Amino acid sequence: RADRPHGHGLSSSHNSSGGSTLLGYIGIDTIIEQMRKKTMKTGFDFNIMVVGHSGLGKSTLVNTLFKSHVSRKSAGWARDEKIPKTVEIKAVSHVIEEGGVKMKLTVVDTPGFGDQINNDNCWEPISKYINEQYEKFLKEEVNITRKKRIPDTRVHCCIYFISPTGHFLRQLDTEFMKRLSHSVNIIPVIAKADTMTLEERQEFKQRVRKELEVSGIEFYPQKEFDEDMEDKSDNDKIREAMPFAVVGSDKEYQVNGKRVLGRKTAWGIVEVENPNHCEFAQLRDFLIRSHLQDLKEVTHNIHYETYRAKRLNENGEYYNQ
Amino acid sequence: MIERPETAVPSIAQRNLEGYVGFANLPNQVYRKSVKRGFEFTLMVVGESGLGKSTLINSLFLTDLYSKDYPGPSQRIKKTVQVEQSKVLIKEGGVQLTLTIVDTPGFGDAVDNSNCWQPVINYIDSKCEDFLNAESRVNRRSMPDNRVHCCLYFIAPSGHGLKPLDIEFMKRLHDKVNVIPLIAKADTLTPEECQLFKKQIMKEIQEHKIKIYEFPDTEDDDDNKLIRKIKEKMPLAVVGSNVVIEVNGKKVRGRQYPWGVAEVENGEHCDFTVLRNMLIRTHMQDLKDVTNNVHYENYRSKKLAAVTCNGVDTSKTKGQLTKSPLAQMEEERREHVMKMKKMEAEMEQVFEMKVKEKKQKLKDSEAELERRHEQMKRNLEAQYKELEEKRRVFEEEKANWEAQQRILEQQKLDASKTMEKNKKKGKIF
Repeated sequence: RADRPHGHGLSSSHNSSGGSTLLGYIGIDTIIEQMRKKTMKTGFDFNIMVVGHSGLGKSTLVNTLFKSHVSRKSAGWARDEKIPKTVEIKAVSHVIEEGGVKMKLTVVDTPGFGDQINNDNCWEPISKYINEQYEKFLKEEVNITRKKRIPDTRVHCCIYFISPTGHFLRQLDTEFMKRLSHSVNIIPVIAKADTMTLEERQEFKQRVRKELEVSGIEFYPQKEFDEDMEDKSDNDKIREAMPFAVVGSDKEYQVNGKRVLGRKTAWGIVEVENPNHCEFAQLRDFLIRSHLQDLKEVTHNIHYETYRAKRLNENGEYYNQ
Repeated sequence: MIERPETAVPSIAQRNLEGYVGFANLPNQVYRKSVKRGFEFTLMVVGESGLGKSTLINSLFLTDLYSKDYPGPSQRIKKTVQVEQSKVLIKEGGVQLTLTIVDTPGFGDAVDNSNCWQPVINYIDSKCEDFLNAESRVNRRSMPDNRVHCCLYFIAPSGHGLKPLDIEFMKRLHDKVNVIPLIAKADTLTPEECQLFKKQIMKEIQEHKIKIYEFPDTEDDDDNKLIRKIKEKMPLAVVGSNVVIEVNGKKVRGRQYPWGVAEVENGEHCDFTVLRNMLIRTHMQDLKDVTNNVHYENYRSKKLAAVTCNGVDTSKTKGQLTKSPLAQMEEERREHVMKMKKMEAEMEQVFEMKVKEKKQKLKDSEAELERRHEQMKRNLEAQYKELEEKRRVFEEEKANWEAQQRILEQQKLDASKTMEKNKKKGKIF
């Protein structure tokens, strides 16, 4: 990324499209620097939702992703809470800082999803929550006197945890993803991947991908939103590798003289960030290091706009009657 | 409810023998007879799909019950819970075992899993009923024992606790079959997580008063120590695999990960060996005995009590459950005959009454007819009289009229005569 103006390189280029060749350095490219400074000052919001039935390591994974205890683990139900009878939505916010950049991270947890005997419509509270956030944003936007910066509580990304059965997707998984893939970015991951050997993992991934295709579930990054060839080729590579088989851990162990995050079993230590052991590193790079902004943009430009158009059309019809 | 029978307290005095009699050979005779007959064992596996049930069965019995030619339920998605049975004949050291594996594909896989335990309960009950019918038959030559001797329940290794589905299922089945809970895919958990998870599960099992299979105490001290060790490890955390991998020059069965090999038969890696020893090598006979003496007897007494309570006043039969069925049948027959007699007498009465009524009705209608007849006659006479009257009047009138006509005629004649006279006289003028 540009930290310093190129200066002379620009003025001697004659292939600028149509316009006049620059006779000296103007400094237009410092706008990138200005934007960076602004972003650093204001910081930005990121809202991530984790969905999956209990015991799949959702909280552990979020803690591992953001390398801090942002999600409270429920180590035992009997300790303070029973399994909730309906799906609850719990949103916890933290502010984390790295390299001068502040991020307000909100983790939305959904305890009780898929845990009952009868799980009909357990996606409804989640769908309602997502639409409520869009509604809040819409109201703020439509106001006459708007706030300078509308607080963004919309869910930018929903990580759906697939149980590592090794056979097929469950009915509940396909139902949930079908219904929510049009209102939020869904990233499916295979949880607790240390249950499966590498061959089992590959087979399972193939099967899951095929099933997702057959059911018409468009997970993030969606094919229809690829803007240009570069995007398409990058995203194609990612789509081939999804769903990522991840392992989460917040304990450190000593391996070959290095301290690594991992899980210690009687036959070896599973290293979380070792790409030979699991795909956590890939998920993290994809989610945070390359596509974080894209997630927000897709949510804002596409999902939110769809919701807004639907709402305004409803209102319009109401008035026209 | 019948509880486990305790070892009988010997009340007969023991005598010492003065020579060798030879009945110490009895166990050998029993052994030889049973080896000739062969053994039967039915094992049921229940759990959500993907928990490694088929792999575990293959590992336990070292056969490919589900192979590429006969794909097991794991290769097919089920929409409803089915109960499938596969039989396999295993021979080892001259002993023959007919092993029946009952699988329940589709359990817990749907979105709405209410009553997914019902097909399982129906299956177990139907097998007990088959045995009951076979036992009650006149010809009991062959009594195949298809009752479910043991149910392995697979718990998903979430690390948290039991799911509501697990608790519901075990609560409903713990008094019908021996339930042994297992933690499936135990290589997901680290040793500490496994300990915590086991403790949590046992706590919840006690909380909900679920009666899982308990190992009987034996008189042998060594055995007791082993049993206590097994009890501490419950529920057993198992890993299944039939793939042979080479580790340190040894060939072991296990799962190959990039970070190591999880050995199936290594006691420190998982409790598979404990399960295998317990299930096959030490407690198979006890499982069958408990099924026969406790679960089957419970089923039988419940079923028979329900049958005898029908048709008889329930308040009378509260203390009569131990009556022999033959006496019960006699009583029933007598009651039936009495009922029939009563019904007959009643019907006779009703018949008599009806006959009387009919007679009365007939009499009434006869009287009625007579009366009408009289009345009609009188009417007729009255009419006749009237008519006579009228005729008389008419005759009178006729006579009058005729008389008048005659007079008129006469007058006319007279008038015409005088006219003639007058005419003649007139002409003279």
